This record gives sequence, structure tokens and C-alpha cells, in this order.
Amino acid sequence: MPTDWRPTASIETLRARARLLAEVRAFFAERDVLEVETPVLGHGGSTDLHLASLSCQATTPAGRERLWLQTSPEFHMKRLLAAGSGPIFQLAKSFRDGETGRRHNLEFTMLEWYRPGFALEALIEEAAALIHAVLGCHPGPLRPRRYRELFRESLGLDPFVAELAELRRLAGERGGLDMDDATRDDCLDLLMSLVIEPALGRGGLDVVVDYPASQAALARRHRDPEDGAWVASRFELYYQGLELANGYDELTDAAEQAERFAADNAVRRSAGLTEVDVDERLLAALEAGMPAGSGVALGLDRLIQLALGKASVAEVMAFATPHC
Amino acid sequence: MATYSTNEFKGGLKVMLDGDPCTILENEFVKPGKGQAFNRVKLRNLMTGRVWERTFKSGESLEAADVLELEMEFLYSDGEMWYFMMTDGSFEQYPVEKKALGDTEKWLKEQVAYTVTLWNDNVINVTPPNFIELEVTETDPGVKGDTAQGGSKPATLSSGAVVRVPLFINEGEVLKIDTRSGEYVSRA
Repeated sequence: MPTDWRPTASIETLRARARLLAEVRAFFAERDVLEVETPVLGHGGSTDLHLASLSCQATTPAGRERLWLQTSPEFHMKRLLAAGSGPIFQLAKSFRDGETGRRHNLEFTMLEWYRPGFALEALIEEAAALIHAVLGCHPGPLRPRRYRELFRESLGLDPFVAELAELRRLAGERGGLDMDDATRDDCLDLLMSLVIEPALGRGGLDVVVDYPASQAALARRHRDPEDGAWVASRFELYYQGLELANGYDELTDAAEQAERFAADNAVRRSAGLTEVDVDERLLAALEAGMPAGSGVALGLDRLIQLALGKASVAEVMAFATPHC
Repeated sequence: MATYSTNEFKGGLKVMLDGDPCTILENEFVKPGKGQAFNRVKLRNLMTGRVWERTFKSGESLEAADVLELEMEFLYSDGEMWYFMMTDGSFEQYPVEKKALGDTEKWLKEQVAYTVTLWNDNVINVTPPNFIELEVTETDPGVKGDTAQGGSKPATLSSGAVVRVPLFINEGEVLKIDTRSGEYVSRA
């Protein structure tokens, strides 16, 4: 018989977690943001190259078909926005295959919310206020940090114009691995994770903005006023070296969204990864018209971990994946 | 040969890296907000004892190392090789070279059980127990009186190790020593 049947969080921690969930709901109730619940399973999945989606076979009125477990509740929530829901939030179970560690769990709770009509800056302010409310103390100043600037400061190179050979050499050297075949984004990701990220969010909330356009995912793009380079209109919020939230000025253009899905799947094919069914209903909703605005996804387990001073997300979850 | 993928990495797992058997000490999954995932791994090279920090792309794998850790008693040395015997009742003996013995040479005592690491059936490392009791074979005569104020002197033990001991210790006494720090703990 297994001996590890006990919860990975103490009962006391689970009580504290329940109080924090109530805090989150109160925060949004006060701001008239509607709580919604959308399906965990969908006909479309995330095509993102770096997210591994889980799927299952289900019997539905349409017969036997494949359904995808969400990596975030984004698609269903955007369909609500297109249907005129106004501002909405959700505490959503999300799934990412293979992600397990001190700060990751295969199944986790995403706090995701959308603000039609909000510019990215307004949503950043609101995300900081939410973090303050859950932590129960002021996290310190909110500091915008440009992606390019961070690389220049810590590595002395401009990530947008540096030669690929130089990025590969630097990433290989810092990581102690062979990066000779790595793509530009893989090199930047490694340098971001190993060199830049650990120092972020010390003594305040760092908001990284103006990501490379190639890392836009479901965000709009805009021109960098510095030299006209395309950058992604998204942000990531860091506190205590932990990435807490990822926000977008949401892409509302159905045709461009369809192109990005197709491009992802093309790369998936050539890399030998599973192709993911595209969410046609999301594309139809964007076609019908989704109001412009911003949305953000926040890893609630990490925020609770910080609020309660725990060392890993497993310690704030009833049963972390290896014990489920 | 079996292989292990990064998501199977955990403390204690034995893998091959750069031709040497290693034991995994720590495995940290790192991933930027949206992007390639990596595993930051700390390993101890079992041949040299050195700790390596390496990064792997998540999903990469390493070959398993055929490494066994067995409990064996020290028997004797013929000056060239040191002989150890399994404590499981099989009486199987293994010769150990000076190189594999390393620093453990100065903590050898007959009939004491050591952890012997085998790679492809060759002994690559011998770890002494954390505490060992050894007799003092040579030291200055003991100083009588209150010793709480400290003060120490060198003493040579039966295994050949030289450790700092309190002034009141005499030749012929048996001492308990911490082999990890090489420090005197108490009289046995």
C-alpha cells in the first residue's frame, strides 16, 4: 500500500489558502468583475510550441472525439467577451504536461481576468493591486523594465540585433550545454531564465514589457519607439524571482490569430511535435468581434506560496501531482 | 542501456555525463513565462567528487550509469591493493586501488563497514562511516586538570590520520572522530 496518501499541504495551509481565495473573490466583486466558470475540456487546444497539452478521448453527441485539457481558460473566456460579457475573471484548473518542479505542477490554478477597454498599463496597476491584496502587505514599488534594457544591463547585448552565433555562444556558456542548433528564441529564453529572472522582483514588483515580437503568443504587436523594431504588447510580472503573471493587449484580429495558429502547427509538424486542433469557435468569435482590451493570467499557487512563505507550490496544494 | 529523461531526474539517480558516472544532487525545472523549458541540474562526478552544474533542455535524456553502492568491511592491505568484503554473508571480496580509496585511506580500520561504490563492477569510491573509533598511537603526554578552556595538540591515530585533540588525551586512548570534518568528537 502506498505510504504517501497524506496531503502535500498541511490542513492549516489549506485553511489559509481558502481565506486567500475569498480575498481574490472579494477583490473582483468590489470592482464589478464577474466570476465565470468555463469548461476545462475543449475541441481546440493551445498550439504554443512550449506548452504540451493533454488530451483525452470522449463520447459526446458528436460521437467519439478528441478533447483537449486547457493550458489556460483563455479561449473560452474570449468567447464570453465576444458575446458581450464585459469584465470577467475565473479561477481555473489548467494543465501543462511535463511541468513539475518547485514552482510548477502539471495541474494548477490559474487566476485569469479580462478587462475590455483597458490599456496594458491600467491592467498592470490592477494586477499589482491584486498581488498586494493577496500578499497582505505592500510588495514595494512597481518598476517597468524593458526586455531589451534587461539584456543590455545584465549581458551587455541587445537581444533584438545581436548575432545568432553570439547568442548561442553566450547561452551555451551560461547554461553549460550545447546550444549550437538552438533558435534565437531558445537562446533568449535560456538567458532570461538563468541569468535575468532570478534577480527580478527583489524589493519590488518588476514588470517586464516589450518582448520580442516572435514571443507575442496571443498579444498584439507594436513598434518600439527607439528604433521601430516590432515588439509584443505583453508584460510579465515578477516578484521575489518568481514569474507571477503574464498579460496581453489582446489580439482581436481573427485572420492574424488564424495565421499564428497555423504557423505554430507548421513548426510543430517539422519539429515532430503533436499538432494541436485549432479552436475554430474562438476564431469565429474573434471574427464576430471581440472588444479591444487587456487580459492577464496569474499563477495563483505561486502567489499563495509567497503569501504563506512556503518553499514550493506543492506545499500549498492539497495533493501535488506525484501524490494525486 | 536504460536512459532517464529530465523529468525522471531526482536526487540519488546515477547517470553518465561526459563519460563519467555521476549522481544527481538537485534538479530544478525552469521555464520563462512563455518559452523553452530547461532543467538546471546539480550532479556529483563519482570519479572526481566534483560538483557540476549543467543545464538540459527539458525532455533530453542521459544514459543510466551502472552504479551500485554496497556495504563492505575492510579486511587488509598488501601494500598495493586494499581488500574489502561484502557484509551480506556472501564473503565476496573486492580489491580497491589507492586512487579509488582517496582520502578514505586514513580512516581504515579492520571490521568496520564502509560504503563501496561500484561502477561496471569496479570500485570507484569508498566512503567511511560518519563516525569512527580509533586508538591514539602517538601524541604528547596528557595535561591534567580542567580542560574546558580548550587548547589542542596533534595526535596520530592507528589508521594513520592526524587530528587535533584536547590536551588531556593520552596515547592508547580510543577516540570518536567525525570522518567528514576530520574532527575529534569525544572519548569513545
